[in-house]
Amino acid sequence: MPNLKDLKTRIESVKSTRKITKAMQMVAAAKLRRAQDAAEQARPYTERFNAVLGALAASVGGSDSAPKLLSGTGSDQTHLLVVMTAERGLCGGFNSNIAKLARIKAAELIAAGKTVKILTVGKKGRDAIKRDFGDHFVGHVDMSEVKNVAYSDAQGVAKDVLERFDAGEFDVATIFYSKFVNVVSQIPTAQQIIPADFDAPEEDGATTLYDYEPDEEAILADLLPRGVATQIFSALLENGASEQGARMSAMDNATRNAGDMIDRLTIEFNRSRQAVITNELIEIISGAEAL
Amino acid sequence: MAETMQFDLVSPERSLMSGSVTSVQIPGADGDMTAMPNHAPVITTLRPGILKVEGESGTTEYVVTGGFAELGEGLSVLAERALPKADVTTEVLTGLVDEAKAALETVKANNGAVDDAAKLVADMIAVGNEIGVSVS
Repeated sequence: MPNLKDLKTRIESVKSTRKITKAMQMVAAAKLRRAQDAAEQARPYTERFNAVLGALAASVGGSDSAPKLLSGTGSDQTHLLVVMTAERGLCGGFNSNIAKLARIKAAELIAAGKTVKILTVGKKGRDAIKRDFGDHFVGHVDMSEVKNVAYSDAQGVAKDVLERFDAGEFDVATIFYSKFVNVVSQIPTAQQIIPADFDAPEEDGATTLYDYEPDEEAILADLLPRGVATQIFSALLENGASEQGARMSAMDNATRNAGDMIDRLTIEFNRSRQAVITNELIEIISGAEAL
Repeated sequence: MAETMQFDLVSPERSLMSGSVTSVQIPGADGDMTAMPNHAPVITTLRPGILKVEGESGTTEYVVTGGFAELGEGLSVLAERALPKADVTTEVLTGLVDEAKAALETVKANNGAVDDAAKLVADMIAVGNEIGVSVS
């Protein structure tokens, strides 16, 4: 029979765990709202940007003078995988889902005889992939100091990626992040950013003919690097919202589980106590009968 | 009443302004231009400068550091960074100028083309002169 005192300490410990998970859930809920706001605020920029860039790319894309960021280097031998995860754990399957997707992709590419390089953003992703693909790592961007993702953070990552591209270190870059759908569902996503991949604008003939100042190619050369930063920025924001969403539902689960556990333990505690009392009574009664 | 057009000023982090305006002066890469309703469609890149918005409620000015403007049926300015003019203090501007100077140094160190980076520094300082905030 479990010791009454042990049971009591266990109940207390589970209770304090429940308090912690409950607090984490509430913090995550507050942060989620902020992250969602940030993602919402950034959406108009990203949408417009992609629309303009898409239209430009469509008109210049065919020519030989198209920038490499758009047309690619002409080969797809070396792939750079930018794996973006959180700096912290305790958020359900969030980090491991992204890492899993990246691992599958990396294994596929290696099996196809391609060279794979991995750039990690966020500590958790690095830890998760290190064991299998540690020797493919080319860099890591630390985000632990960043509280709210700012555009300059995305620019930092983009600069790193672009410098490597200019140095000819890779041909194709793909980012891995989690798309925020709602609190209970986040979809790990892989998105190719170099060469730029746009949805073709609708060919309904209603597209406006723009004048370009300076010329189309100069604008495109100016915009494409910004496009990389913009895509990374929106991915980081989606990731931020996903992380908080995942943490919120994970902590909600944990809180509920702790509650169930407390109920079970309390019943066990009460039964044991009752058993002890009954035992004592029997002893007294049988003692009295013996007289 | 003067004709108006839809105007949006957005930066990656937030949307700064959205509403109907009568004219907007844009610091284009090839020179300033003023966009008015029914202007021919243009896409232009921006240099650091001042965006002057004439609306029904008066003139509002923003400092932008680059980006581009799309002038179609309405005008959308997608600025890399945009701040209301009143928010640009010596401190903020010094930060921007230093950033531009640092970029210039990096380009110099890599033996790249310094023209663009040098122009960026000059543009930033020019912004300061125009709004009466001096940066050394």
